[in-house]
Amino acid sequence: MAYSDEIRKVFAGQIADIKTQGLFKEERAICAPQSSEIEVEFPIGSSKKKVINMCANNYLGLSSHPDVVEAARKGLDHRGYGMSSVRFICGTQDIHKQLEEKLTEFLGTEDTILFPSCFDANAGVFEAVLTEEDVMIADRLVHASIVDGMRLAKAQQDTYKHSDMNHLEQKLQLHQNKRIRLIITDGSFSMDGDLAKLDKIVELAEKYNSMVFIDESHTSGFIGKTGRGTHEHCGVMGKIDIITTTLGKALGGASGGCVSGRKEIVEMCRQKGRPYLFSNTVAPVVVEGALKVLDLISKSTERRDKLEQNTIFWRKGLTEGGLIIKEGETPIVPVMLFNAKLSQDFSKDLYEEGIYAVGFFFPVVPKGQARIRTQLSAAHDMHHLEKALAAFLKVGKKYNILHKTKQEIIDMYGM
Amino acid sequence: MAESVKDIVLEYVKNEYLEEGDDREITYDTPIISGGIVDSFSMVSLKVFLETKYNISIPDAKASPEAFDSVNNIITLLKEFGVQ
Repeated sequence: MAYSDEIRKVFAGQIADIKTQGLFKEERAICAPQSSEIEVEFPIGSSKKKVINMCANNYLGLSSHPDVVEAARKGLDHRGYGMSSVRFICGTQDIHKQLEEKLTEFLGTEDTILFPSCFDANAGVFEAVLTEEDVMIADRLVHASIVDGMRLAKAQQDTYKHSDMNHLEQKLQLHQNKRIRLIITDGSFSMDGDLAKLDKIVELAEKYNSMVFIDESHTSGFIGKTGRGTHEHCGVMGKIDIITTTLGKALGGASGGCVSGRKEIVEMCRQKGRPYLFSNTVAPVVVEGALKVLDLISKSTERRDKLEQNTIFWRKGLTEGGLIIKEGETPIVPVMLFNAKLSQDFSKDLYEEGIYAVGFFFPVVPKGQARIRTQLSAAHDMHHLEKALAAFLKVGKKYNILHKTKQEIIDMYGM
Repeated sequence: MAESVKDIVLEYVKNEYLEEGDDREITYDTPIISGGIVDSFSMVSLKVFLETKYNISIPDAKASPEAFDSVNNIITLLKEFGVQ
């Protein structure tokens, strides 16, 4: 037997180490469609508990929207369950092309190519487009999929301090001898909820003859006046060369992602993007659902407007209640607890109060910056948020951290 | 007197990786990667700096988190490339 007891012990030891370090991740089973109120089994197999969900990427509340579900059902009837193929062999249907056109229109770009996920889009785009003559200069807090994608590319890598435009400028000056300079950033940073200074980035890109890449996974559908994303919010639509985004968050929440941007770059991805060439096409039901999502949010900004109002209420309520949050304007609102154990205990107590929100700590966020990341949704009604706020303040009071400074909390609980 | 390689690298690490207001002390022995000051992704900037500054090419296999974990470790690595 190749999987000997010795080999089994190697992996068992590694898993034990993960547990010892307090980094073991456990799944919770949600026994309902994704929504603002869900039934959860935690641990899996225990009795079900009804909780308010404060940690989904379901920003627009469209994951279980009846019109989206109905569109997906029609997709199932008309175009089947799967394609059993990659796109370029026999996996492209008329609806895949329609969705690519709609995304191009929505994002204000020249062309779009679908990928099985945005992780795949990020993993494939740099290798497909850049060579060893080029350099990728990334914000240090970009998503893990971008880090992996950069590692797969032959172009030189460099980084700049998070959102530090002076540092970015120094790096652009340093790499003036390269054929292509590509500035890489998230539109909204998923752990902190802040937005990239995209207007400044575009200014620097123009000054130093560089291209700009943004990952809009946590902004597409709701940031900007009509929800087009960070580029709309910062007034630089049409000036971003490469946008990647996901259909797995605000835009329906199922799966799938894309690269959208300059038509030659999209064509390069069609010719050379490995996750596109060697992985299955996006399922027809997902495509039909996403088409309906784009239709809904292009007709009305009602849902992104409600999300904006929910965000304002939530940020104000937490701050006035005496908790420390990361300032910003997005529906990602981290409640800062600094200490890893405190973030875990706080999360457990919230669960007892009927609130589902997860603690994050090193290595997901830097040491000493443990937090509970809350995320708002247009599916939240005011009574959900009022209940959640009361629970956060009750638990905050229990741990005596309301109206305390960062230093006071660290003095009580440590980093 | 010209600055030593050790001091040049130390100065670079401080400027490159500490945010404004971050008063953590970094010495020649401070574990910068295993100590959580620099993550493995941000480490690429240090490699770019060393290669550009000293006109060398450090193969990826040599640019391990261990080799870059302190200024002293980096100095040991640089010696392999004739920089001292």
